[in-house]
Amino acid sequence: MTSTAILEVRDIRKTFTASGRTVHALNGVSLSLEKGETLGIIGESGSGKSTLGRIAVGLDTATSGSLLVEGERLDVLSPSLRREKLRKCQMIFQDPYSSLNPRLTVGRQIGEGLFASGVSDWREIRGTVADLLERVGLKREFAERYPHEFSGGQRQRIAIARALAPGPEIVVADEPVSALDVSIQAQILDLLAEIGRESLLSYLFISHDMAVVARLCDRIAVMHRGRVVESGPVAAVIENPQHPYTRNLLDAVPRFGRRRAGGKPTPVELPRHEDGDAFVAVSEGHLVLQAGGLRAAKTV
Amino acid sequence: MTSTTVTAATLRSLPFTVILGTGLALLIIAAALLAPYLAPFDPMRMAAGPRLAAPSAAHLFGTDEFGRDLLSRVLMGGRLSLGIGVAAVVSGLAIGGLLGLLAAFSGRLVQAVLLRVIDVLYSFPDTLIALALVAFLGPGIENATLAIAISLVPFYARVTYGLAAAERAKPYIEAAQLAGVRPGRLVRVHVMPNIGQSLIVMGTLGFSSAILSAAGLSFLGLGVQPPSPEWGAILASGRNYITKAPWILLFPGVAICLTVLSFNLIGDSLRDLVDPRRKGRP
Amino acid sequence: MSSPYLSVRDLSISFGSGEFRAVRNVSFDLARGEILALVGESGSGKSLTSLSVMRLLPEAARMTGRIEIEGRDIAVLPPRQMEDVRGAKIGMIFQEPMTSLNPVLTIARQMTEGLIRHNGLSRREALAAAATCLEDVGFAEPDRVLRQYPHQLSGGMRQRVMIAAALALKPGILIADEPTTALDVTVQAQVLDLLVDLKSRYGSGILLITHDIGVVAETADRVAVMRGGQILETGTVDEVLGAPTHEYTRALLASHLTVEKSLRLRKDETGVATS
Ligand SMILES: Nc1ncnc2c1ncn2[C@@H]1O[C@H](COP(=O)(O)OP(=O)(O)OP(=O)(O)O)[C@@H](O)[C@H]1O
Ligand SMILES: Nc1ncnc2c1ncn2[C@@H]1O[C@H](COP(=O)(O)OP(=O)(O)OP(=O)(O)O)[C@@H](O)[C@H]1O
Ligand SMILES: [Mg+2]
Ligand SMILES: [Mg+2]
Repeated sequence: MTSTAILEVRDIRKTFTASGRTVHALNGVSLSLEKGETLGIIGESGSGKSTLGRIAVGLDTATSGSLLVEGERLDVLSPSLRREKLRKCQMIFQDPYSSLNPRLTVGRQIGEGLFASGVSDWREIRGTVADLLERVGLKREFAERYPHEFSGGQRQRIAIARALAPGPEIVVADEPVSALDVSIQAQILDLLAEIGRESLLSYLFISHDMAVVARLCDRIAVMHRGRVVESGPVAAVIENPQHPYTRNLLDAVPRFGRRRAGGKPTPVELPRHEDGDAFVAVSEGHLVLQAGGLRAAKTV
Repeated sequence: MTSTTVTAATLRSLPFTVILGTGLALLIIAAALLAPYLAPFDPMRMAAGPRLAAPSAAHLFGTDEFGRDLLSRVLMGGRLSLGIGVAAVVSGLAIGGLLGLLAAFSGRLVQAVLLRVIDVLYSFPDTLIALALVAFLGPGIENATLAIAISLVPFYARVTYGLAAAERAKPYIEAAQLAGVRPGRLVRVHVMPNIGQSLIVMGTLGFSSAILSAAGLSFLGLGVQPPSPEWGAILASGRNYITKAPWILLFPGVAICLTVLSFNLIGDSLRDLVDPRRKGRP
Repeated sequence: MSSPYLSVRDLSISFGSGEFRAVRNVSFDLARGEILALVGESGSGKSLTSLSVMRLLPEAARMTGRIEIEGRDIAVLPPRQMEDVRGAKIGMIFQEPMTSLNPVLTIARQMTEGLIRHNGLSRREALAAAATCLEDVGFAEPDRVLRQYPHQLSGGMRQRVMIAAALALKPGILIADEPTTALDVTVQAQVLDLLVDLKSRYGSGILLITHDIGVVAETADRVAVMRGGQILETGTVDEVLGAPTHEYTRALLASHLTVEKSLRLRKDETGVATS
């Protein structure tokens, strides 16, 4: 791909062995994230979105495939250089409750990232922490409080401040607003967008909220069973969905004027993809994974 | 406060067993600490009264085969027993805790090896380990304490590993790792505050086991040596007079039972309190 | 509809010195066979309100008011009895999936415990029931999930496990605090269908806390809008969403983001940027 990609994953596979069984969480995922770009990842629960995000920040290692930060393969770097590179990748977690340490003050938790990056004067750190809190829309004096004193929405702001502390260039946001109410969601999304613009951050934005993804992302990748099944510019994918799973997703978005009747849903036939399946270009940048037999149709 | 913190409110709602256990434990500890002032006689002084005298006003617990005052011996014995227990628990917890943390935060290989070893050792009863170690180290109070401490290590290591491993998987620990916090600091600042309380509770559970092991070793003549009034040692010397002077066995025996009981009561109830599944948390 | 199953009157919850009341004079009824949605901004007291029904408020919280289940005031029940009420009558799906699952127990252990204890099933029956419920919430391989530990599941899977565990008990009252936040929309639709089923087939009353107006429109019968610890307005879905009386509700509806709106906003922005 292009050399401007700040983050790139190439043919990433990840298998877990849990109680004797193998789970294929990722079956060969390739994606790239340009500098300043927001790439949305949507898809089925359990399709490997978080696993991908965790691999991108170095919390997990892929079973095979490679991860490139600023064009450099991390697996060939020395551990110290790798750590240096990975500090540029931070993460905002899915759950604002378990992602904050209940026994440390909020200020301390945010400050740890600064301390670890070499600032050793805690007075200086406290100042920066207060600035960060203000930046995410909280009061400076909240630094002295403990997480349980905050509601879900406030906690997620704290988590954002913590992710920003080490000065990242890539932020993996794993459903950062799913626990928040709409008005706060909008504020947080604006906040993320604003911070992204100011600091030229690149986001890997994992979400299942179509509206949010449509609002915030430049491109999206739709995941299903450990594979990217469709990707492309937001408007192209949403207005002209090609893959049956993408269509399913879009149809399931709750809307006014429709009532849920209960009962089991009628299962929809979804294609089973194989490793050899190839992408077909629908329009510029808009790719769809084609189920077997269409390998010859590979264009672009 | 967070749900695992023992606050005034939770203390008020504590079950009766904890209050009983704590009361008893405090009484036993106070008796041991104040033993030199409480003991009516020098516990080592022979012929403080008639030999094998039954409990009376002069000798509340009676006397032993050398005419030593049993009350004084049991009181002073408590100092020894509790002392050994505390020393063994503290060092066992320190070593076991370190091993557990190491296992939880080291690479896959080190972790696998450590866990295997810990699991194998854990499958032996701790008194048996202590016995084997004393047989190897030789009898005596220091060796017995060391042996008991080591016998507790597998238990503490496992418990610590369980707590730390559960902690390590939590997003806030991962977030700290991402922020670049080094392993040592991670454990000290981020992990310990969250598991410390549970570890202390586990400490109290190991304590009763340590007291039992100490008494057992002394009873076999491998721990505290005869003239010293350790509970197990008193039991050992009294066993020849079981029909003539059963009180020599009765009082140290009761002392051991009460101590073990009280600490188990505390430990078990506190364990429920720090259990992550404890009802009542939001 | 029948008399209210759950009735909350003048519920107030405060912390610390008591000047700040996180929940203020909240009153509402929940009937059998009805889904009442509780919507409102972050920190408006939705979770606290629901936790107080379970008597699971944080220790620092002080609560006043009456909470009646089938006419019985549960605020005065001794803890032992409350546990039984909790298991048999009220179920809860917590907002925080990880803290309500025990990290060191398998899903099977956690799911069967309540079934054995409250519904008197045998171990084998409980396992089968748990597997069925897991299937209902969209797990293709429930047996695999049963043998796993919480950290081995994805966020959405954990949330589905909690939902399955709560639904397995077929509670008379179900409190679902943001039950679908971590789910993709297809599974969300499945879960919402399950809630609707629970309501219409078992006549359960469901208190559904959500921030998604779309979800409210599709599933709820009535809505209560909360803000700053108070209920601003209550009414049927059509009334509140169709003709909101309160300024805040109107703002809430206006800020509701739909896919179409997002795309329009994007186009406007890029349009402005290029012109
Ligand atoms: N343990 C606590 N100590 C002090 N204040 C608290 C505590 N728990 C909650 N609060 C406060 O009570 C208010 C209501 O909190 P609650 O969790 O009910 O909000 P919510 O409506 O569920 O919000 P969200 O949508 O973010 O989950 C908030 O302002 C919060 O800061
Ligand atoms: N530590 C682990 N051990 C075993 N299996 C795991 C582990 N972590 C994830 N998995 C499995 O990998 C698959 C993908 O999980 P992942 O968390 O990436 O899903 P996700 O797309 O983020 O889903 P969600 O939208 O529900 O968060 C799941 O089947 C999950 O069970
Ligand atoms: Mg996830
Ligand atoms: Mg809440």
